[in-house]
Amino acid sequence: MTTPPEIMMHLSEAAVSVELETAEMTLNIGPQHPSTHGVLRLVAKVDGERVSEVEPVIGYMHRGYEKLTEVRTYPQITALVNRIDWVSGFANEIPFMVAAERLMGIEAPPRAQYIRLILTEMARISSHLIFASSYPLEIGAATPLMHALRERERILDLLESVTGGRFHPNFNRIGGVKPAAGAGASTKKVSQDLPAGFLDETRVAMERVVSVCDDLDGLVSGNEIFQARTKGVGVIPVEIAKSYGVSGPNMRASGVPFDVRKVDDYLPYDQFDFDVAVGENGDCWDRYQVRLEEIRQAARIISQAIDSMPSGELQAKVPRIIKVPKGQVYVRAENPKGEMGYFVVSEGGRIPYRVKIRTASFSNLTILQWILKGILIPDIIAILGSLDFVLGDVDR
Amino acid sequence: MSLPFKGLGKGMWITLKTLFKKPVTINYPKEKEIPVPRARGVIALDAEACTVCMLCARECPDWCIYIEGHKEEQPPAKEGGRVRTRATLDRFDIDYALCMYCGICVEVCPFDALFWSPDYEYSEAKIADMLHPIERLTEWLETVPDAPPLEGS
Amino acid sequence: MIAPLLGLEINFWLLLVVKMGLIAGVISGAALVAIYGELKISAHMQSRIGPYFAGGRFGWAQPIADGVKFFQKEDLMPDDADPFVYKAAPYVVLGGTVATFVIIPWGPDLSVRDLDLGLFYLLAVSSISTIGVLMAGWSSANKYSLMGGLRAAGQLIAYELPLVLAAVGVAIQAGTMSLGGIVEAQTQAVWTIGSVDIALPYVLGGQLIGFVIFITASLAELSRTPFDMPIAESELVSGYMTEYSGFRFAAFFLGEYAGMIALAAIASTLFLGGFWVPGVSADALQYLGPLVLAAKMGALIFLFIWMRWTFPRLREDQLQSLAWRWLIPAALLNIAVTAVFKVVL
Repeated sequence: MTTPPEIMMHLSEAAVSVELETAEMTLNIGPQHPSTHGVLRLVAKVDGERVSEVEPVIGYMHRGYEKLTEVRTYPQITALVNRIDWVSGFANEIPFMVAAERLMGIEAPPRAQYIRLILTEMARISSHLIFASSYPLEIGAATPLMHALRERERILDLLESVTGGRFHPNFNRIGGVKPAAGAGASTKKVSQDLPAGFLDETRVAMERVVSVCDDLDGLVSGNEIFQARTKGVGVIPVEIAKSYGVSGPNMRASGVPFDVRKVDDYLPYDQFDFDVAVGENGDCWDRYQVRLEEIRQAARIISQAIDSMPSGELQAKVPRIIKVPKGQVYVRAENPKGEMGYFVVSEGGRIPYRVKIRTASFSNLTILQWILKGILIPDIIAILGSLDFVLGDVDR
Repeated sequence: MSLPFKGLGKGMWITLKTLFKKPVTINYPKEKEIPVPRARGVIALDAEACTVCMLCARECPDWCIYIEGHKEEQPPAKEGGRVRTRATLDRFDIDYALCMYCGICVEVCPFDALFWSPDYEYSEAKIADMLHPIERLTEWLETVPDAPPLEGS
Repeated sequence: MIAPLLGLEINFWLLLVVKMGLIAGVISGAALVAIYGELKISAHMQSRIGPYFAGGRFGWAQPIADGVKFFQKEDLMPDDADPFVYKAAPYVVLGGTVATFVIIPWGPDLSVRDLDLGLFYLLAVSSISTIGVLMAGWSSANKYSLMGGLRAAGQLIAYELPLVLAAVGVAIQAGTMSLGGIVEAQTQAVWTIGSVDIALPYVLGGQLIGFVIFITASLAELSRTPFDMPIAESELVSGYMTEYSGFRFAAFFLGEYAGMIALAAIASTLFLGGFWVPGVSADALQYLGPLVLAAKMGALIFLFIWMRWTFPRLREDQLQSLAWRWLIPAALLNIAVTAVFKVVL
């Protein structure tokens, strides 16, 4: 294995090296730690400040999702599934719904697809704003946190005005989005279509989001200290990224221009004009820049979608009691954290036989043992933050 | 000293500008934010409309709704007709310590007996008090807002 | 000193006790104001309100409430901690900082004791806090505290040198090491236009680089962002202070803010002219001096707070290379240039 570039950099900086007998110390970072994004435990062997190897221990947050899905119906699973990656709640429901629809052979009407797309991109902006606020905090700057979260509140308010929930919308149904509260023969059905003023407020929110990205550029990206902490740190070469299964912005920062939104058609992304953000070196700086650029592109997609919103129904015609026919399907989607996929096996019936959830953060974390060698302890924190994982996504 | 540290200076300028703007936070509990009409705060029950069909208790992912009922006989509609039965509600409890606020119960009720209300201030000191019985659920009915107007209407 | 001011003959020891009481009051009061200022300014820089409830609309009683809270907390000590060292560490840190208040001149004759070797005494005493930090880090029986303590040792020692060298430049230009004498040297006219004497504080009068070096080194001595590796909240929780709670933590906290006030006062005295304002007579300065010095300290403390909440932190090897490779050569160059100008002009 070739020496990663950052080891070469550190070795060259050691102008005078004295041979001392130093003992290695085993330092336990986590599970309760301010910077591990949840309950992740890293058993690190350190020699002074230099890390020789790290062993990640996960599973502290395992909630048994795949077992839970064995005894619940499809609408119930939809309500549970947006708690996997709780930062971008809406995006977790989409691949599962598309999988069930493909098994049933139905397609959502255009208005429902547009609403799904807008809310998914809002979830993406929300997740990346959380990253943009907490990553500088781990590097040491405390103010960008509040600036980014201030704009995220607008997005969450918009989500709440449509779906009723800020983090866990539970707005998808098989065949579209939630058409009405109240069902059956009731005469008091309350339509859950977009409330008045939603489109205008979304336009304002998108402008504010783009302007806070510019603010963050000035406050964080232009800062020489931030650049010194992130440039050249935690480089993931392209071959290593591909072989470890790293996906999403982490992979795109290493130079691979692959985006599931351009390849699969689980949502009508082909009707919109957007660029895929690609980095060059695959260091922490590139990962940060790729995510900021994705916020801008998401705002672009939402602006186009609002201007061309079709009218129509919110849900295709489905029976009251939904039985999904026999079959199996795998649907993947571009979640904010990476690639998320659901493998649904159905034996016919209201309850699926098996749902396997492939989450992005679990595969992204496999690279930790390779990348955290021979670096200083503050760099561990910088690299963990730049991979942008959430423990709910890792452990399910 | 300016050109090498231009980025630092720009960051400090942004922070200084924010210092003189109005803050965006409000001071709860003296000032409160008003949630949107669709916000999922608490579930209210219209006991008259409920027919004890048990759909909500069955569809709840957490099984946090506890329902008990019995059948009462009522006189026939006309002379010599069949005795009618009417299901009456004995117990309808929602355990808000378990509730996920997903809304499936509100959605599947065929008789519109359950409603969402955006009220959120019902924290208790003891977990057992988070089980809201029929009387409390009926009280929440007053806080249920009208549906907001829709886009394009 | 104060005796001629009051026109009374006071016993030396009584005067000493009064001065100690005054200094204790000044430190506590100024620290409370500085803490409140930091809470409010940082809050408004982040679009939020800050303290609001304690004491009414502006939350001015928040630091007092915090102080009372610290007093009434349980006295905890880890089982494996070294008892004597653990208990002594906060007071060593606090003592080193408080001792620097002795020589700060608040007015023409208003300092506790205007030593001839003022600057030398100051820089010697301010390095006692370094030992306290090491004691805290080692005795806490916690690997994170140990790492914080070791990082602090390296950082504080590395940044002592630029601090000292920047102050030496001022001493050379003033020709004296006593702080009162330095302020007086800044009141000397540099040019004369017509009949008006123009006197410049040293920051404009040739010590600009020294000022920048002194401020940077002060931030590092106080372990404030961007040099807060020893504390590094997102990595080490609280560094060497992690295992301290209650009154001992309050002592560290007070020591940090007292140190900030002391270094701000010293920087104002050395570079900004201290208690002197051009155009005001020496008699008025007996009364206005403290206010002028407080205003200058306030400006510097605002600068410290502003920089803390804007910048991320430097990694320790970047921090060390900044000190040894950039600040020390710059400070040495500053001394050489100052000495040349002093001899030539």
